[in-house]
Amino acid sequence: MFTAQNNFIIALSLLTLGAIGSLIWQKKDRTANLIGNKCAIIASLFGITSALQVIFFQGNFALDIASNFPLLSFSIKSDLLSALFTLIISTIALLASIYGLGYVKQYFGKYNIGGLGFFYNAFIAGMLLVVTAHNALFFLIVWEIMSVASYFLVIFEKNEKKNIEAGTLYFIMTHAGTAFITLAFLLLYKYTGSFDFEIIKNNINQVPALAKDFIFIFALVGFGTKAGIIPFHIWLPSAHPAAPSHVSALMSGVMIKTGVFMLIRILFDFMPASPIWWGITILIIGAISSLFGVLYALTEHDIKKLLAYHSIENIGIILLGVGSALIFNTLGYGSLATLSLVAALFHTFNHAIFKALLFMGAGSVISQTHTKNIEAYGGLIKLMPLTALFFLIGSMAISALPPFNGFASEWLTFQSLFAGLQFANNAQWAFVIGAGSLAFTGGLAAACFVKVFGITFLARPRSDKAKMAKESSTSLQIGMGALATLALLFGIFSGTISQILARIAGSLNILQNSISTSTFQFNHISTPNNFGTISLASICTIIALVVLFTYLLIRIISGKRKIREDITWDCGTDLGPRMEITATGFSRSIITIFKNILQPTKEMQIEFDEANPKYFAQKSTVNMEIKNVYQRALYQPLHELIARLSEFAKATQSGNINSYILYIFVVLIILLISGVIK
Amino acid sequence: MNTILWIIQLILIPLLSPLFVGIIRKIKARMQNRAGASIIQPYRDLHKLFGKDEVISRDSSWIFKFMPYILFATTLIVATSLPFLTTALKNTISGDFLVIIYLLAIGTFFLALAGIDAGSAFGGFGSSREMTVAALAEGGLIFSMLTLALISHSTNLVEITQSISHLPLLSLIPVILAFISFYIVLLAENGRFPFDNPATHLELTMIHEAMILEYSGKRLALIEWAAANKMLIFLTIGANLFFPWGIASSTSPTAILASLGFYLLKILFLAGTIAVLESTIAKFRYFRLPDLLFASFIISLIAIGLII
Repeated sequence: MFTAQNNFIIALSLLTLGAIGSLIWQKKDRTANLIGNKCAIIASLFGITSALQVIFFQGNFALDIASNFPLLSFSIKSDLLSALFTLIISTIALLASIYGLGYVKQYFGKYNIGGLGFFYNAFIAGMLLVVTAHNALFFLIVWEIMSVASYFLVIFEKNEKKNIEAGTLYFIMTHAGTAFITLAFLLLYKYTGSFDFEIIKNNINQVPALAKDFIFIFALVGFGTKAGIIPFHIWLPSAHPAAPSHVSALMSGVMIKTGVFMLIRILFDFMPASPIWWGITILIIGAISSLFGVLYALTEHDIKKLLAYHSIENIGIILLGVGSALIFNTLGYGSLATLSLVAALFHTFNHAIFKALLFMGAGSVISQTHTKNIEAYGGLIKLMPLTALFFLIGSMAISALPPFNGFASEWLTFQSLFAGLQFANNAQWAFVIGAGSLAFTGGLAAACFVKVFGITFLARPRSDKAKMAKESSTSLQIGMGALATLALLFGIFSGTISQILARIAGSLNILQNSISTSTFQFNHISTPNNFGTISLASICTIIALVVLFTYLLIRIISGKRKIREDITWDCGTDLGPRMEITATGFSRSIITIFKNILQPTKEMQIEFDEANPKYFAQKSTVNMEIKNVYQRALYQPLHELIARLSEFAKATQSGNINSYILYIFVVLIILLISGVIK
Repeated sequence: MNTILWIIQLILIPLLSPLFVGIIRKIKARMQNRAGASIIQPYRDLHKLFGKDEVISRDSSWIFKFMPYILFATTLIVATSLPFLTTALKNTISGDFLVIIYLLAIGTFFLALAGIDAGSAFGGFGSSREMTVAALAEGGLIFSMLTLALISHSTNLVEITQSISHLPLLSLIPVILAFISFYIVLLAENGRFPFDNPATHLELTMIHEAMILEYSGKRLALIEWAAANKMLIFLTIGANLFFPWGIASSTSPTAILASLGFYLLKILFLAGTIAVLESTIAKFRYFRLPDLLFASFIISLIAIGLII
């Protein structure tokens, strides 16, 4: 009865129910919220069960329902890779929905909760179908469901004009991406004669090399846009923050990973024997995205925008793994390719966990302070101790500090890049760039999260709003707490998890039979070439023991000394909130150091007192910005080009119905003639 | 025997570390024509601080109170993970160079948070500068040790020590380049000249001291002690990974004693170079530091280029 397949279908049906149910009760905010989120919670549980069944017990399942349309069939297939992504989506969706139960309450009476429930459920269902779709046309349909549903979630808070703009940009970018994806699938169809993934996979030999190169480029641009690689990332930092926080958690933690999923699917499953420049391209894009992503994050002080930039950074880290895996595979190092892909998949899961956690933490703070500007926070650790603790864990995980999960996958990524330095003949330079960028990325990410955590939670409140904050409600705490626990568990059990991921990576077409199972054990992860070994479980225990030891030691040495509370040293003045360091000030030195990349601008306006024009400024405004180089160098010229081409096209649009009939007639004649000639 | 050696290693680094702080100060004093304090003055300072009452800021949180413990604990763990007196002790748990770099990063992370925590204007700027320097130093640190790892085909510290000690003299060029790069990072990470002045309390220039301005009593003692540990850790890495001559390969007591002698000599020499350097050059302007750190990274890159 409860087979993996049935559980998956139950999950989808529950999501449909949740979507329709919350629309029906949209007049009653409370009911709509309960239906929308609870259906998603139960559906996610079924999704998790289904994925675990596929991974651990029964293996793949497939479901095919033919339709009346030619070439289109509702076909789903869940293999190990799909199941892994189903698991990631369902886990984050489960906790985001629990969080949403409490979080959505702040929108009651302001916005349409029924609509939110509808699109939220449709969004999750869309993602689940995207990772299981087994037919290109069907895939494009569910891809569109996912994109459109998320578009409506981005513009959910529609009273703010910024959100509408962000939504429009997202809508345009995601469809430009879809156009490239469609092109890739059409090319595959042209040579293999089918939209069915299985047939494409089997007939891939009929695709000529040049066409494969084009498919690679189209897929990279199309799925890369969804994943948010630089320079196609411009929609991401404005769209993700606009949505409600639990939706941001899903978008940043999970949705962008569907792009990574399809890249892995196409490159590792469909098209074996890739030329080496594919891998190098992905590696370099990963290096650029990770380093630039974290640099842009440092310049932000909108907390959700900052987190969104970190998503670009982490997608970059994932792509470092994917790119190395491709290169190793081309060069014939199967076990190293598996190692790199395990690193990428592990980081995909880890990033979903800690990024969702951080977005939820940010949401918890925003729901109390009603602002996204971190300069207005401060001192929240005393008012919201649990949120602070969870956010701290997320910050440590994303900064790759042991024993949390981020360290495990970054260590694996580092090791695969190091292996590339030794073995990848003629491509070593790419690995040097990758390793160098990852080395700096780690340090800069830590700096960025000292800034976020320090400015948000530590010291004194910087505004009245921050003074009034209270700890968020239980449902928010459960969502965050569970993710924080997962971040620790995924670190401690990194050996076991890498083992499972190695099995999943090994199930892919080109990596079959290339795993060395001895690499990953319960307690140890090491690399196939025996380059390095670590044990995070032991490290975690040691850290706990040594901290305890230090504490006891100090108690014995100087336990009798008194502790007095007093004010911070204030140099004889009264310390106001404006005397603390600001987020802008904190990151200013790094921005100055990287000014050639970031191109910061500074504008000062000073209004002087009329009586003493020279000396006494009445008011001064400083406006500091980061130039949007992508807008200027890429999108602006593109925009102008399209506008100019449209001018030409305008000439054909007379608005006169007769001329349109003429056009139709001419096209018809041409078609007829070409048909006869053929 | 092995357990005893682990315990010796666990105790010896924190026990010795204040001594080398004292020695550096003494050499600096002599070079400035001062008599200088005794080389055991750092021990006296620690003893004095452990016996004092503490004042903690009202604005601070548990991060402020917890930081000294985690900072000290991470230095202890890293100290035990290093190849110290003998290469017979294998460590596959935390003996990876990435692990020790990131373990030290935990300490830096909390140190910087604690600097912000009290809400003083100095602390925040100290944290900002510390994280900037730490972030830029990470490239040089990882790549200098990666050079060794690539030569010895392992990222495990003990294996690195073993294989570098068997290296013929002629192939030492990349090792020396990597050491130069590592030495720059050593100065940066430990707040020495030209990055930071460990003796200053001038608001405009301090980095490390600014973050710990609000500490007193036992917590300040712990932080000072952890900083001394960290410097000895970096000196040990420099001495035992880049120039692992004289290190014992067995666990026989005579070999260990000889190895300890060699170790102390090497460390003394490295500490001496720091003292001489600090007496002869001036502190750099803050925005010239990145040039030095990027130079460190590029020197390592050249070293790696020579190998691969």
